[in-house]
Amino acid sequence: MNDDAMNEIVQEFLVETNENLDQLDQDLVALESDPTSRELLGSVFRTIHTVKGTTGFLGFGLLEGLSHAAENLLSDLRDGRLGLTKERTDVLLEVVDAIRALLSAIEATGAEDDRDLSGLIARINVLQQDAEPVVAEAAHAEPVVAGAAHAEPHRSAGERSVRVDVDLLDSMMSQVGELVLARNQVSAHVEMIDNLALHQTVQRLSMIVSELQEGVMKTRMQPVEQLWSKLPRVIRDLAAQFDKLVSLEMEGGETELDRSLLEAVKDPLTHLVRNAIDHAIEQPDARIAAGKPATGTLALRASHEGGQVVLEVADDGAGIDPAKIAAKALERGLVSKGELDSMSEREVVDLIFRAGFSTAQSVTNVSGRGVGMDVVRTNVERIGGTVDLSSTPGTGTTFRIKIPLTLAIIPALLVGCREQRYAIPQANLLEMVQLRSDGASSDIERIGGALVYRLRGKLLPLVRLDETLGFAPLAADEQPEAVSIVVLQADGLLLGVAVDEVFGTEEIVVKPLGRHVKQVPLFAGATILGDGGVALILDVIGLAAAARVEEVTAGLALSSDLADDEDRSLERSTFVLLRVGRDRRVAVPLKAVARLEEAPASSVEQAGNGRVLQYRGDLLPLVALSEILDTACEDAPVEADGVPASIPVVVYSDGERHLGLVASEILDIVEGVFEVRPVGAGPGILGSTVVHGHVTDVLDVDAAFALAGKEPERVA
Amino acid sequence: MSPEQNHAAGGDATAQYCTFKVDHLLIGIEVWRVQEVIRHQPMTHVPLAPKEVRGLINLRGQIVTAIDVRQWLGLPGRSDGASSMNVVLRLNDEAISLLVDEAGEVVEPAADTHEGVPSTASGQIRTMFSGTYKLDGALLLVLDTESVTRISGENGAGAAHSATRRAS
Repeated sequence: MNDDAMNEIVQEFLVETNENLDQLDQDLVALESDPTSRELLGSVFRTIHTVKGTTGFLGFGLLEGLSHAAENLLSDLRDGRLGLTKERTDVLLEVVDAIRALLSAIEATGAEDDRDLSGLIARINVLQQDAEPVVAEAAHAEPVVAGAAHAEPHRSAGERSVRVDVDLLDSMMSQVGELVLARNQVSAHVEMIDNLALHQTVQRLSMIVSELQEGVMKTRMQPVEQLWSKLPRVIRDLAAQFDKLVSLEMEGGETELDRSLLEAVKDPLTHLVRNAIDHAIEQPDARIAAGKPATGTLALRASHEGGQVVLEVADDGAGIDPAKIAAKALERGLVSKGELDSMSEREVVDLIFRAGFSTAQSVTNVSGRGVGMDVVRTNVERIGGTVDLSSTPGTGTTFRIKIPLTLAIIPALLVGCREQRYAIPQANLLEMVQLRSDGASSDIERIGGALVYRLRGKLLPLVRLDETLGFAPLAADEQPEAVSIVVLQADGLLLGVAVDEVFGTEEIVVKPLGRHVKQVPLFAGATILGDGGVALILDVIGLAAAARVEEVTAGLALSSDLADDEDRSLERSTFVLLRVGRDRRVAVPLKAVARLEEAPASSVEQAGNGRVLQYRGDLLPLVALSEILDTACEDAPVEADGVPASIPVVVYSDGERHLGLVASEILDIVEGVFEVRPVGAGPGILGSTVVHGHVTDVLDVDAAFALAGKEPERVA
Repeated sequence: MSPEQNHAAGGDATAQYCTFKVDHLLIGIEVWRVQEVIRHQPMTHVPLAPKEVRGLINLRGQIVTAIDVRQWLGLPGRSDGASSMNVVLRLNDEAISLLVDEAGEVVEPAADTHEGVPSTASGQIRTMFSGTYKLDGALLLVLDTESVTRISGENGAGAAHSATRRAS
């Protein structure tokens, strides 16, 4: 045999054996999960046997010796004389590696290198001699299976994921942000071009960019679980320290959040958990005395809510006692007695978020170290989130942290003010109200220099954006036809912002402001809009501060008609507010109202001794409120001769019976706690209350039905 | 060596200056400070900002604050229709645009024509400019670019007009 032929055979041997080794790797790993598979063992045995035979023929002594030892072990395994243990699998995998290394050497130099395999061969022999009865095999095999089950997903995860530097992710995120802006600009420009193909292409581009943005954002997402993972231990230790029994419930841990945000809420969350155990959850005996299970429950919940992530820390502890908070706040000089008196319970409880507040009876080493709830709130608000709490004395407290999913790209509402656009982060947005300027005047009032707006009977501190931005007031004839009020929430306060226009929403990329503009506290940043223009992003907290909303809100709490005091024991109710005659006001409970209608006066007909309205193919008996109230009848339908005016009708229904109440005007729908006093009570009138500063009669609907004597069965 | 270090060494005899006209004044800015000169850009007004801040411009996706040099100097505003140029400077990692009337050429004045800002100039001028060069038929005021960062809206306006007349 000449050298060439020999080389050829060696080459062939190398290629074939390498292929076989790959198969060996797979077979051995598969064997770990199925250690008794004769088929797999047979395949492994055959491969090693072939290697032994060929290497003996080719004169590769080391390979031959190694594969011979492995073959002996495999033979025993195949025949069931030995069981496949983890050690044996390990050593066989080592054999595969060693063969591979030798083959590389042969490939490179044409000969085996001078490695020492005696150690490996000796170990194979030991593992082979260490023969135990096959019966024991199953018991031994067990942990191996467990190990394999563990190893396999790990292995596949390793193949399917890569470690990426966080800085790289950050820069990708900002580049995608730029891409989104560029996309918005392209879309805006293309709208002016009449070219279908271009439109389709841009639409595809737009979709791809959105998907890319989503994808990149996803790479930065981590489950909240990661944040929670350390808490069970913290809770266990704290509970032990305070001799309290606490069980932890976690819900929604898979909820994902941008990693930078996750990092930012870590401390606030830990603080809330510590607080809950230190202050909220009572000692077991106190809990039993209160009729609660000895073990307190602390629940961590995470969920998505309208593009935001909500993290809750809820306990079933003692709850927050407003009286204690008030006393403490007074003692700390955070509020004056007068201020306290004007505060609702909710506002009092909110005092715990003020700087310098700590309710710890004694300073413990857990909380009450000056790191108070104010820091929690500040930290959360720094990332565009909000914290609020609800607490019921005796049954527990729930803190809710709301944070945006991501920081870099946020949805924002674009509003117009004096020919310029501004962006308001949607996280702060509650609702929008549009008013015609003429109608607006009646709902917007000035109370002691501050503007307020009546929103469903609730007084809302209002700021005019143009005024706040320092523009001079417009002359009467320059006033825009309509005013939009954007209702915002920040820092636990509500405020309405009057703007000239509302344009809609856009995904914006927050960009920092330069040093000269940064000093204006009303702006949180700027962004580039679809048309390439720059828009300033309004800082809602800054706006509220500039408008001194806090003071206004406190002042409003004083006024008796601020009817949103939820903490009073009185029930909240909703009324339809009607005008009857010239200036009498009647409130009718909304509960039984089926519809509010403006019926053409022409559809009112006389039937028997009363009036009826043709209503949805039926006849609706009508009762004029003016009759019940004995008011001079000035109802709309009769005021214009012959001209068909419309009449406002409140349609009542209690299941079967229907009744239409005729008023002069439907004014509003008000919600709140109304104390009905027996002043002016009489047939059909329960009494009176004050709504919007007006004395208002409250209708007794049942009595109205009876009084009118209209039995729908008869009429219909 | 970064340009900053290179030029902070100062006293460099062959300094080059981009020149700009603002009203009757000829202003020079060291060439390496100038990122680019662009024509007038649409601007977003910033309410409540210092009065020198004319607005924000979109410079290829970057938001740049534009400073009106006329306003800064206390000079009357540009006449209607006269457009301004943006001289974009890079200052401590921030881009700032100076609005000037016209961009001129790059000059390399002889070192021996350099003089300090006349002590008779107003305080405002002295805070804005680091020195002057006597060019043929014109006086080049060298802008102290760092002074841009000190703009706070409280500079005394109006003083510049008369003071620079005297200086030239």
